[in-house]
Amino acid sequence: MIKRIIAITIIALALGVAPARAQEVKVGVALPYTGIGAEFAQLVDRGMELYLKLNADKVKPYKITFIRRDVKDPSGANAKIAVQELLTQDNVDVLAGWIYSPNAIASAPIVSAGKKLAVIMNAGTAHITNLSPYYVRTSFSMWHAGYALGEASAKILQAKTAVVGYTDFPPGKDSLAAFKRSFEASGGKVIDEIPMGSAGAVPDFTPFFQRAKDKKPDLFFVFVPAGDHAAAVVKTYAALGMRDAGIKLIGPGDITQDTKLQAMGSAAVGLITMHHYHADLDNPENKRFVEAWKKEYGANTTPDFMAVGGYDGMALIVHVVQALKGKIEVDAALQALKGWKFASPRGPIMIDPVTRDIVMNEYLSEAVMKDGRVFQKVIGKIDGVKDACKEQKIGPCAPAPK
Amino acid sequence: MTPAAVDWHEHPAAVALAGRHRVRAWEAIPWVLALAFFFAFPKYLGFGTELLITVLFALSLDLVLGYAGIVTLGQAAFFGAGAYTVGMLAKRGIWNEPITGLILAAVVAAAIGLGSGLVLLRTQGLTLLMLTLCTMALLEEAANLAHDYTGGFDGLDSLPIAPLLGRFEFNPLYPTTQYLYVLAVLFVCFVFVRTLVYSPFGQSLTGIRENTLRMHAVGAPVRRRLVLCYALSAAIAGVAGGIWAQANAYVNLGTLGLDRAATVLIILVLGGYGHLYGAFVGAVAYMALSHFLSKIYPTAWQLGLGLLLVVIALFARNGILGIVEAAARRIRPPRATP
Amino acid sequence: MIFGVDVASMLLGGVAAGMVLFIVSVGLSVTMGLMGFVNLAHGGFAMLGGYAIAQAMKLWGFGFVTALCFGFVVTALASAVLERLLYARLYRATELDQVLFTIGLVFMMIASVTLLVGPENQPLRLPAFLQGQVNLGITHYRTYSVVLIVVGIVIVGGLWLGFERTRTGAQIRAAVDNRRMAESLGINIGRLFTLTFAFGSGMAALGGGLGAEFLGLDPQYALKYLVYFLIVVAVGGLGRVTGVFYAALLIGVLDFTLKKYLPQGGTAFIYALTILLLLWRPQGLFGAKTT
Repeated sequence: MIKRIIAITIIALALGVAPARAQEVKVGVALPYTGIGAEFAQLVDRGMELYLKLNADKVKPYKITFIRRDVKDPSGANAKIAVQELLTQDNVDVLAGWIYSPNAIASAPIVSAGKKLAVIMNAGTAHITNLSPYYVRTSFSMWHAGYALGEASAKILQAKTAVVGYTDFPPGKDSLAAFKRSFEASGGKVIDEIPMGSAGAVPDFTPFFQRAKDKKPDLFFVFVPAGDHAAAVVKTYAALGMRDAGIKLIGPGDITQDTKLQAMGSAAVGLITMHHYHADLDNPENKRFVEAWKKEYGANTTPDFMAVGGYDGMALIVHVVQALKGKIEVDAALQALKGWKFASPRGPIMIDPVTRDIVMNEYLSEAVMKDGRVFQKVIGKIDGVKDACKEQKIGPCAPAPK
Repeated sequence: MTPAAVDWHEHPAAVALAGRHRVRAWEAIPWVLALAFFFAFPKYLGFGTELLITVLFALSLDLVLGYAGIVTLGQAAFFGAGAYTVGMLAKRGIWNEPITGLILAAVVAAAIGLGSGLVLLRTQGLTLLMLTLCTMALLEEAANLAHDYTGGFDGLDSLPIAPLLGRFEFNPLYPTTQYLYVLAVLFVCFVFVRTLVYSPFGQSLTGIRENTLRMHAVGAPVRRRLVLCYALSAAIAGVAGGIWAQANAYVNLGTLGLDRAATVLIILVLGGYGHLYGAFVGAVAYMALSHFLSKIYPTAWQLGLGLLLVVIALFARNGILGIVEAAARRIRPPRATP
Repeated sequence: MIFGVDVASMLLGGVAAGMVLFIVSVGLSVTMGLMGFVNLAHGGFAMLGGYAIAQAMKLWGFGFVTALCFGFVVTALASAVLERLLYARLYRATELDQVLFTIGLVFMMIASVTLLVGPENQPLRLPAFLQGQVNLGITHYRTYSVVLIVVGIVIVGGLWLGFERTRTGAQIRAAVDNRRMAESLGINIGRLFTLTFAFGSGMAALGGGLGAEFLGLDPQYALKYLVYFLIVVAVGGLGRVTGVFYAALLIGVLDFTLKKYLPQGGTAFIYALTILLLLWRPQGLFGAKTT
């Protein structure tokens, strides 16, 4: 009798004091850690990590584990293998990442077959979210900035003519289409469209800019991929004396990416951009975000729109984890995301329940010198911008006929 | 006193020559391994499929580089031609049967190979290298410009490929069908290439590679042989590209890029060219390293790979198989013939 | 008058771009012509030199010109060491082994730079006197482009003098035309190789630093522009300084003009042109006709 009581007591105690093991949620991250996208991968990765650091209490009692795979290049093939292995070998609960649109496009069939939530943290081609019902995007679509800028150019900047220069690949063509549509709808006219080389290598922009300068427009709208292209654009604009010729340089915020902005120096002054995020945004979440970033990664570093794509993406994932109590089944996850709102460093954001794309503010900013550094001053704002391409079902954004 | 006349059929040299193309026991090893891989590592079949396609592609390069001695940096032109043939036909709903699709891919690639070979193979050395490179780059630009047909930078995605033999579906998440399909095609192509290089045609190619002047002197139609070899190699590269498009249900400009062409050249030289099996060895070595190094230490696999290439180049003439051959010769010196 | 301005700006832009190509590629042409060695790592030396220059300016406050000299010397020395230790072993190897070696080397260069400095583009701030516009009478043009043109002319002039008027230059030319004969005349080929290789790589470094304004500077530089350098060398003819010069100018001006008037064509025209040129004259525009 006593033996039985002792046995039961021991078992009860054992069960009682068993350590509460944190439930693990595996997030599979597909980013180009090596190759030309390495620095962008680092920005998104750091954004994700920083969210977890700053909001550790929101994650409890779950433990987020990252399983990272290098997709190496934008060609698509490696991304497919990486995603396939994350799903079948590592059995991740959620997928995340995708810097380059071709990789996101290539991964779509596998994401659909794998039936896991996939959070796109950068790739910007508009129709990507249509390619799989499990894609959710926390970054942006080229149409967010492009369409808004077209409207703002005609109404706020009072411009009548514009020349568009764009890097000849789908995000560039998207940007051109978006800007042209809204600019001309608001009374402006695009007088020349100049494809400026490919995304693979930074060309010498001088001949393209010379051509734009000769056309004498009010505005020169430029879209190039963020990074080295943008720095070269700003340099060439200054070197050709286009500002003195009365041509304003405008574009989506890719050309004034925070991580490159200071290096451009005074040449960047006067640039007008439209974007959903830059590090100089004045709201309490962003102040906290930037301060924490500098403390964690160095006072000379700065977050940018890619970092915030990772940050907000992580916020989304944590929300889903909490809502579904760690058991992430994709249809329930999509339900949990309908109407999800979040106070992001970029302002209030929401996931569109129909398109699964992001809805956010767009800020019109001008680059000025302040306290010895280049500062982006917000001169206009549009709230709650949706992706106009899918909203108006333009071209490839129209949902595929079943 | 004259020695007894030896029947020339039984002369050791003749026996050696006649038997050189006989299938040796160890030649079954790569195929056995490939099948074993299928059963042992069902979760790595995506990687395995990509590996087998790379072997096929490297094999096509071995034909033109290892046997005919043509150094080309533009082999991806044919790979891409095959891939886009399959891709464009499938995307537009014109044709999506896999096996006939491969035949079409081979034909298109061979046509391009024939055309470009006739024009380019008048030159040699650096000039030929640059010409092959520029031809491929031109093709890539053309594909980019014709983006209404080729999908441009984004490529053509979600290709609807019909099930193999009407029954076996290509599953993107569990590529069992793809793996076995590629293995079968690789086997067929390998048998073709092997028979070719041991035929009189193949031997004449070796002759052309070793001593073109003498081949001219013996009256061999040198240029015709070279162009034919180039076209055949293009056909096989086209098959590799076509099957890549089918297995991935996707095609984009990366199939035509310098990256792909340079990688396959490295793979072949790494494994050892002129040996047929160098393609296998090189592809396995390169892709295994690239795949697994990048998993452990994503930011530094390029350093390790570069170091390996340098070491092999300095100390192993003709790649890994070259090392194996040298070692084998030391262990078992060739018997002297009387 | 307007037409003249157009042509002038076109020529200036193209010639400046061509000058950068020339400065980087001339080393490659001479070493390939002299040593018969396919050095695909040449772009890597240009990159390393550019990085040395950028870091010297950023970390140690070197002036632009001082940094350029520094980059030249450092790269020349480093390449001389590599040549003696590694390259020399492969002079008798097959072309393919050379390709394998130099590609492996370039991978190592790219990886080291990424690990040591980081994957981002290195900004190279030009000194104030090189920025902005300059008045050329007919038109205003970018100061830096004009400076590059002048520098390029000085360099090609200096090189020509070096090759035509000095003993070493004559030795190099002799060795390019007929190595065995040169050797039998008592010319120390090994030392000549090292010297030329070091000089060529130093020039590449110079080109990397000078061209950073147009071409940028990041770890992928070594491979991104390799094709252009190879085209310039092949079209110009191996081992011919004047050949490389004219080829670089031709490619630079054509590229510029086509981009301005037919940007949709992309780089297709350069490749098509190269094919036509090489088919017409396989030895390059100025190369010696091979038997």
